[in-house]
Amino acid sequence: MLYDYVTGPIALISLVIFFVGITARVVLYIRGLDWRLDRVTYTVNVKYGIKGALRSLFFWMMPYGTRSWRVKPIVTFFVFALHIGVLFTPIFLSAHNIILKEKFNFSFFTIPDALADILTIIVIVSAVVLLIRRLVLPEVRNITDFKDYMMIAITIAPFLTGFLAYHQAGDSQFWTIVHIISGEIMLVAIPFTKLSHFVMFFCTRVQIGMDYGIKRGGMKKGYSGQNW
Amino acid sequence: MAEGQFCNKSTVNTEEGIRHLLSDTNGKTYYKEMEALEVDSAAIQATFSKTLKSRLKTWLEICTHCGLCADSCFYYLANEKAPNQVPSYKIQSTLGELVKRKGKVDAKFMMDAMDTAWSKCTCCNRCSQYCPFGIDMGIMFGYLRGILYSQGFVPWEMKIGAGMHRVYQAQMDITSEDWVDTVEWMEEETEEEYLGLKIPIDKENADIIYTVNAREPKHYPEDIAEAAALFHITGEDWTVPSVGWEETSIAMFAGDWEACKIQVESVYDAMERLKPKRMVVTECGHAYRATVTEGPYWAGLKDGKTPVESIHYVEWVAEVLRNGKLKLDPTKKIKEPVTYQDSCNYIRNAGLSNDARYIMSMIAEDFREMKPSKEHNFCCGGGGGLNGIGRYRKQRDAGLAVKHKQIMDTGAKLVISPCHNCWDAIRDLEEVYEDGIRWSFLKPILLKMAIIPEHMIPKDE
Repeated sequence: MLYDYVTGPIALISLVIFFVGITARVVLYIRGLDWRLDRVTYTVNVKYGIKGALRSLFFWMMPYGTRSWRVKPIVTFFVFALHIGVLFTPIFLSAHNIILKEKFNFSFFTIPDALADILTIIVIVSAVVLLIRRLVLPEVRNITDFKDYMMIAITIAPFLTGFLAYHQAGDSQFWTIVHIISGEIMLVAIPFTKLSHFVMFFCTRVQIGMDYGIKRGGMKKGYSGQNW
Repeated sequence: MAEGQFCNKSTVNTEEGIRHLLSDTNGKTYYKEMEALEVDSAAIQATFSKTLKSRLKTWLEICTHCGLCADSCFYYLANEKAPNQVPSYKIQSTLGELVKRKGKVDAKFMMDAMDTAWSKCTCCNRCSQYCPFGIDMGIMFGYLRGILYSQGFVPWEMKIGAGMHRVYQAQMDITSEDWVDTVEWMEEETEEEYLGLKIPIDKENADIIYTVNAREPKHYPEDIAEAAALFHITGEDWTVPSVGWEETSIAMFAGDWEACKIQVESVYDAMERLKPKRMVVTECGHAYRATVTEGPYWAGLKDGKTPVESIHYVEWVAEVLRNGKLKLDPTKKIKEPVTYQDSCNYIRNAGLSNDARYIMSMIAEDFREMKPSKEHNFCCGGGGGLNGIGRYRKQRDAGLAVKHKQIMDTGAKLVISPCHNCWDAIRDLEEVYEDGIRWSFLKPILLKMAIIPEHMIPKDE
């Protein structure tokens, strides 16, 4: 039966592709760094590199932590709302953790379903707002391509279908299966598409942080580091 | 036609070659020939497979087209927010496309890419501070410039400039003899005013080796005299090298990495030869960027540092003000409102914003910050070689609008600008807008305020 199939072998394959894929992305990225081509002495001035990397991660992961986030307060709000929802909801959803416990004999702490609902709605609303922004602002519309819309669709689908399945809208079994498939599509898509920023965000932020931290002023006495 | 007589893939390595290129006034024939220049796709592809590694590849790939870079770019702001001025668009439609097509493009594509790489980006790196992924389009445009240069698609002046570095190890046709002559002449001119002043040439083991921008010996020799006076007043043990005195790098603007290496190695050789304790670089932004920030990498120095510690002029000034070697007469502080032009190359990209503020607090009573300032300041509008390219004069002038507004908003009419490029751009800005804006390097301002030790003051006869 389809349900057994998507929750069994396909789920397993998706998870393997996801974990192997993102690991490979990170490993290949690091192996492809070249001190001479990038003009950053990654392995020589390590202390400064680490400081720069941490500053780069810290300020950018902090809502309104950088000037870029601050000058666009509304976009920033929805970007953070979207990402917090996308990351937290699936990991801490009680239904997911029951499956985890069943299949792998471990689970994370869980959030109340009501909170999961709110987070899901936040994800969907944020995505719609950012989509409208993409369509309305010429500077964003002009650079947007098909892949960008796909990225949004792939991200939103599991949330929309999960919401429908949970609230038993129409054929709940149908929505559950679509939800699982859409989740698997997302997992598989992450290593191979722009959704790879799931891990590559950390790689590129660390890299540019090291660049500023080592080469572009980070080693100057009396300078605390790039003012993100 | 594959290779033109002016426009071709060869580098310029001789005096004759430079004269030949210069004979084609404004590059008129040069650009015409460029339209028919053949693109060596295999060579581009080979360069990509050797040099397009994870950093650049990832940057090109993961850009989510969020558009947060748009407002970070002064060209975008100065050109009525034209969507084709969004940094992401500019790099994706040039380098991105070139990578996608594996270098299989025509001369028209390459010329458009050239126009974008040199007239829509000054490599100020400001966008890298606004992209959540830290994508630095300035770095990518620098890389693209290298590809374009290797294929002969480079603005005429940039090709000449890179050739100058190859021939003279200077951005202009100044030989070691010319340089030494100028220095000796400036010593003669200045020693009457400051008793005991000397400009030591090739002195070994000095505390400071001082290096300059070729424009100084060529067009503004008084700058060398002022530097000498300030080193003299502060009692510094300093010297200038007879060879390896030039800090700048049009080669960097051109994307001629081989010439970049030749250039910085001439300076590093001077360091090795004369064994100074430190190097001080004149008031120039890109010179510092080239020789101190990027240079060690071109030369393959594994610690990423110059052979001896190298500091920018503002660092030296801040130091001698702090340690009291340079004493200023507080009554001579600038009274009128004054602002400071943060150079991308040594403020954003070398962390010297605090030193600049300290200096301003010592010389100005009414210092006004531009908004935004420090690391987030906008490019003057003339960086990346743009000041010197005739083909893009119109684009350059249009781009000055942002800096003009920033300056006018401060209410100050005097701009302290310790960077040759910024200094030029602000001078040209005044030609366009005629608002009575004035601009100055630090040296003349400091000299007006400096308390000169008694024994250096000439006695009236």
